[in-house]
Amino acid sequence: MTVESTAARKPRRSSKRTGSSAGKAVADPQLVQLLTPEGQRVEHPDYDVDLTPEELRGLYRDMVLTRRFDAEATALQRQGELGLWASLLGQEAAQIGSGRALRDDDYVFPTYREHGVAWCRGVNPTNLLGMFRGVNHGGWDPNSNNFHLYTIVIGSQTLHATGYAMGVAKDGADSAVIAYFGDGASSQGDVAESFTFSAVYNAPVVFFCQNNQWAISEPTEKQTRVPLYQRAQGYGFPGIRVDGNDVLACLAVTRSALERARRGEGPTLIEAFTYRMGAHTTSDDPTKYRADEEREAWEAKDPILRLKTYLENEGHADEAFFTSLEEESETLGKQVREAVRAMPDPDRMAIFENIYADGHALVDEERAQFAAYQASFADGEGK
Amino acid sequence: MTVQKLPIAKAINESLRKAMENDPKVLIMGEDVGKLGGVFRVTDGLQKDFGEGRVIDTPLAESGIVGTAIGLALRGYRPVVEIQFDGFVFPAYDQIVTQLAKMHARALGKIKLPVVIRIPYGGGIGAVEHHSESPEALFAHVPGLKVVSPSNASDAYWMMQQAIQSDDPIIYFEPKRRYWDKSEVDTEAIPGPLHKARTVVAGSDLTLVAYGPMVKVCVEAAAAAAEEGKSIEVLDLRSMSPIDFDAVQASVEKTRRLVVVHEAPVFYGAGAEIAARITERSFYHLEAPVLRVGGYHAPYPPARLEEEYLPGLDRVLDAVDRSLAY
Ligand SMILES: Cc1ncc(C[n+]2csc(CCOP(=O)(O)OP(=O)(O)O)c2C)c(N)n1
Repeated sequence: MTVESTAARKPRRSSKRTGSSAGKAVADPQLVQLLTPEGQRVEHPDYDVDLTPEELRGLYRDMVLTRRFDAEATALQRQGELGLWASLLGQEAAQIGSGRALRDDDYVFPTYREHGVAWCRGVNPTNLLGMFRGVNHGGWDPNSNNFHLYTIVIGSQTLHATGYAMGVAKDGADSAVIAYFGDGASSQGDVAESFTFSAVYNAPVVFFCQNNQWAISEPTEKQTRVPLYQRAQGYGFPGIRVDGNDVLACLAVTRSALERARRGEGPTLIEAFTYRMGAHTTSDDPTKYRADEEREAWEAKDPILRLKTYLENEGHADEAFFTSLEEESETLGKQVREAVRAMPDPDRMAIFENIYADGHALVDEERAQFAAYQASFADGEGK
Repeated sequence: MTVQKLPIAKAINESLRKAMENDPKVLIMGEDVGKLGGVFRVTDGLQKDFGEGRVIDTPLAESGIVGTAIGLALRGYRPVVEIQFDGFVFPAYDQIVTQLAKMHARALGKIKLPVVIRIPYGGGIGAVEHHSESPEALFAHVPGLKVVSPSNASDAYWMMQQAIQSDDPIIYFEPKRRYWDKSEVDTEAIPGPLHKARTVVAGSDLTLVAYGPMVKVCVEAAAAAAEEGKSIEVLDLRSMSPIDFDAVQASVEKTRRLVVVHEAPVFYGAGAEIAARITERSFYHLEAPVLRVGGYHAPYPPARLEEEYLPGLDRVLDAVDRSLAY
């Protein structure tokens, strides 16, 4: 039994590995795809989605607005309003597809780049910018949207997700947990340990690896010699590779993995095969290590364009839709820009806030000393 | 030309190059150290000249990087490992503390662990979380490790040479906010011992002890104090394990006052060790308690607050005034 066939939880058509059906092309079975780069709807033997035109337009809107938000943040960094930005350019389908597969009671453990998933969870986009502006280290209540804080230390959050999922199972709840991480992070011991724990305890967790081909300057080959999705097999759970630039396939595959988790059948590893079109972050210089042609080849697989083509070809969206979305994007960009500029610097006493839940005598002492020292300037006694 | 003006990052680069030329057993390992030359470009151009076999882009796994460096050292290599940022050393902390630090003793001295671990550390660059920390005390506290930090390009160059030549594991903390500060490097000078402190400014009223990024702040403080007629001595510790207590003692017995300055939290920090030791050694010479200036018992704050958190000129001068007021 191949790894990808173990991923097929629904018996429908699961025995059909290759061959075409109903006149529609079947894409590479190693890579789940429902929409080709040319915007053509294709079939996969194990996965499918059935969406109304309105739902399709919704996914398109999510991706467009996420990209607009991301572009605005990049611009704000260039203008000195943000200290750093980690762009998701090119990864919109992976994030919106997986994000829209989630139920409200599911819980998300992101890295530092999951702006599209945050969007799906209803997190106010401005909240994402606080840590990049340098006014806080997170700045939202993870429980208000079941969206955990961004995690910068790579791979750490996969263990938190696993533990959270173990708790979900103990509680007898039927929600699921999803952990995001990168192809680079897949090399971390924490990720290997989360695979072990989730398999051993049959935790309802989905590992969603966005393989964007690069970990700063290191290509995926510097992390692994086998396709990442195949790793799951060694731990005893299914692994599946999905076209990460195909929002429909990402939705279908993630939904199926979440359902499997809900049914108590344990973890799944999804490798979303995608591409980081921009720099790793605004501090990075990809010209040092990456050929332009590579990016150009991936631009042809742009996740947003292919859905647009499909919507147009099927007559699912008219000019008015695109125009009004364009306006909505501009409004979002403007709102984000204004919100960031209006974001105040934190009060300096914030240094001593929320260090302990129950307080700490040393912190109290240092806070008082700090306040007295600051006051000495206000009194004109300072230098 | 043997004397050049170099920024610290470039001095380390030159030093690594020289070490690799001199000894084929020297290897460089880490994330992005190859084509990119490291996120701070400290290893720039080395892979081009020495190949992928000697300048090794590793998988993104710090425990793996240090653990395999230990194995390479056991096999006779001299790995110089780069940890990308201070906050990312902790996945490797287990390997460093439980293995690297102890193996020489456990083997009754029969094996040597010539591993250098380079860590860009400290704040002041407006970075996000985990990119501005000063965890040196966590390493200095561990028997079996040596911990050093240069504050200028010449030391950066020579201390790297000495660290690579040492048969002990050395944690080499690079003051990242000083990477672009230039100073003269004489590549043919005969350097002083790795663990010897250096007097940067001579003075008679008070001793400021610092290392790495805080040396510059202390030199500025001494200059500002001089304008007010105070004579401040500044000692660059250079090594946090071992510490050149003799040099600190000699200075304190001359000036009778000591203020220790570092970015790391004061609580359980290097300053605590120095204050205790000097109080033991020089109690009757002291005119004032040893004071410490450093970080608070708080996580390193978001960038917009880091200037409040980091010891600056004012906080150092305030401590100088408090000491002199005794
Ligand atoms: C433990 C740790 N080591 C190093 C880093 C520095 N770092 C930040 S992101 C990154 C690359 C991560 O690549 P990948 O996991 O593929 O995710 P991507 O950023 O490409 O989405 C590195 C090395 C870190 N954040 N954490």
